[in-house]
Amino acid sequence: MQEKARHRGSQNAADRDDENTHSGSIAAYTTGLGFALLLTGASFLVSQTHLLWHPGVPAGLAVLAIAQMGVHLVFFLHISTRPDNTNNVLALAFGILIVTLVVSGSLWIMAHLNSNMVSPAAIMEMQR
Amino acid sequence: MNAEAASTELSEVTGAAARRALAESGPAPVAIVVAYGFWIFLLSDIIMFSALFASYAVLSGQTAGGPAGRDLFNLHHVGVETVCLLFSSYTCGLGLLAVERRRLDGFYLSFALTFVLGATFLGLEISEFTSLVARGAGPSRSAFLSAFFSLVGLHGVHVCIGLIWLLFTVAQVAARGPRDFVRRRLLCFSLFWHALDIIWVGLLTLVYLMGAS
Repeated sequence: MQEKARHRGSQNAADRDDENTHSGSIAAYTTGLGFALLLTGASFLVSQTHLLWHPGVPAGLAVLAIAQMGVHLVFFLHISTRPDNTNNVLALAFGILIVTLVVSGSLWIMAHLNSNMVSPAAIMEMQR
Repeated sequence: MNAEAASTELSEVTGAAARRALAESGPAPVAIVVAYGFWIFLLSDIIMFSALFASYAVLSGQTAGGPAGRDLFNLHHVGVETVCLLFSSYTCGLGLLAVERRRLDGFYLSFALTFVLGATFLGLEISEFTSLVARGAGPSRSAFLSAFFSLVGLHGVHVCIGLIWLLFTVAQVAARGPRDFVRRRLLCFSLFWHALDIIWVGLLTLVYLMGAS
């Protein structure tokens, strides 16, 4: 009986935590949506315009994309600096590390392979 | 005395959120543990996508004499897809808020909108794929197109799974009411849906905007 009451009590506490932790607010979601639309619009503009120095466009697009991912993480996925969120932040940091290693490592290795590869025509020439 | 001072300082630092000191609070609430586990899954999914992103970035120039990105991509089409996905994320968040506040009508309305927007996105993507295949730019045309179809197609498959999952969560809310375990599953679904948005942002930038410019 007492056990049950305590269980119900902890359940209620968990409920309260739940509502404080994850619900966010309509204002936060709307802010997130506004930022996301703004950054998406900026990305389309940057990719289409002729006003910018052309080789700089990919870098600009990358910055805008990373900013938008940050907006999504904070406003939609509720990643924050709260103490109950430290595990999520650490896991995110590890995920970013792995993603960076996979993407930049592949690009680096393949670029080196490409520039060091002997073309098939040159191999035929050597065998002759 | 010291511990008390430390704990008041902690609650001052972290605000009203951490009313109790960490040491006194006991095990974390189930919702936090579930969200953490699901977050780990999402990160592993993102890492899987990163391998496909890397292969696309390596192969994007290998068109084998076939069409390149700037000949194929229609940015108006892609813009509509992006707006659909962003608004579906927003309505998904609103639906979660509505169910937290026990407003089931608002929940059904927002999740219906989420479903319609997600289905519109999927329909647009399927029409893009079929038109590419009809123009002879199918996945077997070049390494670039193989990488394009596997990267964008995998995201599309995720959206499709998300839509089916959405129907199941709505059915659960209808059958069981907004109980704790149903709301935890809704939370996991919303995390999944928002993570798909993050992947789409990377995809839009790398594949469509950089490919078309």
